[in-house]
Amino acid sequence: MIGFTWFVPLVKLVSGESPRVQLAEFGKMVGVPAVAFILFLGLWHIGAAKVVTSLGQVPGPVQVYEQAGGLIDEHYQEREKAQAFLERQEKRNAEKLAKNPDAKVKIRPYTGKETYFDQILTSLFTVFIGFLIASIIAIPAGIVSGLSDTLYSALNPLIQIFKPVSPLAWLPIVTMVVSATYVTADPMFSKSFITSAITVTLCSLWPTLINTAVGVSSIDRDLINVGRVLRLNYFTTVFKIVIPSSIPMIFTGLRISLGIGWMVLIAAEMLAQNPGLGKFVWDEFQNGSSSSLGRIMVAVLTIGILGFMLDRIMLVMQKAFSYDKNAVVR
Amino acid sequence: MEKYLNIDHVSIEFPTANGPFKALDNVSLKIDKGEFVSIIGHSGCGKSTVMNIVGGLYQATEGGVILEGREVNEPGPDRAIVFQNHSLFPWLTAYENVDLAVKSVFKGKKSTKEMKEWVDHNIALVHMSHAKNKLPAEISGGMKQRIGIARALAMEPKVLLMDEPFGALDALTRAHLQDSLMEIQTELNNTVIMITHDVDEAVLLSDKIVMMTNGPAASIGEVMHVDLERPRKRLYLSDDPKYNHFRSEVIHFLHERHAKKVA
Ligand SMILES: Nc1ncnc2c1ncn2[C@@H]1O[C@H](COP(=O)(O)OP(=O)(O)OP(=O)(O)O)[C@@H](O)[C@H]1O
Ligand SMILES: [Mg+2]
Repeated sequence: MIGFTWFVPLVKLVSGESPRVQLAEFGKMVGVPAVAFILFLGLWHIGAAKVVTSLGQVPGPVQVYEQAGGLIDEHYQEREKAQAFLERQEKRNAEKLAKNPDAKVKIRPYTGKETYFDQILTSLFTVFIGFLIASIIAIPAGIVSGLSDTLYSALNPLIQIFKPVSPLAWLPIVTMVVSATYVTADPMFSKSFITSAITVTLCSLWPTLINTAVGVSSIDRDLINVGRVLRLNYFTTVFKIVIPSSIPMIFTGLRISLGIGWMVLIAAEMLAQNPGLGKFVWDEFQNGSSSSLGRIMVAVLTIGILGFMLDRIMLVMQKAFSYDKNAVVR
Repeated sequence: MEKYLNIDHVSIEFPTANGPFKALDNVSLKIDKGEFVSIIGHSGCGKSTVMNIVGGLYQATEGGVILEGREVNEPGPDRAIVFQNHSLFPWLTAYENVDLAVKSVFKGKKSTKEMKEWVDHNIALVHMSHAKNKLPAEISGGMKQRIGIARALAMEPKVLLMDEPFGALDALTRAHLQDSLMEIQTELNNTVIMITHDVDEAVLLSDKIVMMTNGPAASIGEVMHVDLERPRKRLYLSDDPKYNHFRSEVIHFLHERHAKKVA
């Protein structure tokens, strides 16, 4: 169901259900992808060895694996440093207080450099906020415009024009607008974060908006008529009939939106210098050390895997919220 | 005396790409309280349109519908509709579907407990208590239609409108539902307008059969009173000369006097 379908034949096999059929199923579900993956690794290994760049040879699977290990190690080293710092600070303060109970103690946060995992979290948080804003705008807008033909024909040209715009085109505008409008002495969020999140919003708005509108406008007329016979008011109709029946389409839109948002985010972070995976890739590129390409490759894989996981999460939610449990969604 | 339900000189025109299309012309029909009326006619003649006007879903271009002395021109629970394709909310269970209707009609008039009992009562009436917690996708077509009827009955309508309620069902299921409907009708004595294609169904269930002429600009051709004894038993009726007479009358109307021209 969520990428664990290979599990099913295995369970059936263990519970003694026609072993030959189940083994064949298992082979198809696990064996085939495994072989394909190994083939891929092999081709990568051979191909990479043939290309030499100014930063050295293009890394193969082994080098990338090593770099991933390196990034993980760095993370733990950094955490240990932070831990040590905090312990030192605590000890110092305790001593101070022991000498003079009225003494003012300072507690400073540790300001070490971000580790790879911090950057992953920043990226996830940024995309989440951008996607959340997009959803909060797109779902109601989609519902309202799906219910009104007039509004739909008013919005449609705008949607069609803005939908294909690349995040790279939005970014300068967003940056300028954020710099001009977001001026506080004590900013809760950094400007780069806000710029990246808004760029994600601008690009991931459209699929949800369009799918919601289509879902809403294609509701079975009879269901709407049932609501009319019951004299439900606008809001009750929306919440009891319109939203439940367009949930599958809304989620289809949300899934596409989140996918686009995640893709856009990396580009936005590169340019806006939001300390996430995008910035990591950019910094490594600028760095140009012998390990850079390997690290970038780790980032590529991380981005891919996280994107896949985000999609699976949306799929699970889509299934959980959909009334039609038999619908094939993949 | 004013009749209970009066469909008074109703005409309707639909705006279409090729100019206005007159679907109904001067349809007049008077119905008594507790009467079971069937409307029969060829496909596309305008039966659903008549029903949608009574239900308030469509607005008549001329004329109007008067129920208990009051003109009706918008939909309301006093004219509950059973749709051909059940139209249950697929995300709600059978119980919840009926419950939604009961809650919106009786809010403030019945207590929560009374409403719950009323939902259960109506589900029991259509013999669906055993499957009340299932989703529409989990029950058969006949069962869905039963729940659709329960939902409509639960609104305590003045007039029950049914648009080919059994049209999508197989013959056996249809017979079961007709029997259930007759049983309910004996108990509640509702005023019912039912659209049908099925001559036997019309004769079996109705007090009055309304035969419509072919469209465009369809109107009422003939009205036939079916004064067969109730309760009616389909088994005995097939040998009843009176029943067969009514049947052949309708068939003659449909296939002789107003035969559908084959295009
Ligand atoms: N909303 C509409 N707009 C335009 N034309 C319509 C509309 N509704 C119905 N019509 C036309 O009015 C005529 C009568 O339609 P109606 O659905 O009432 O027929 P019917 O007797 O119920 O047919 P059936 O037995 O096939 O259900 C048809 O010619 C149909 O095309
Ligand atoms: Mg019809």
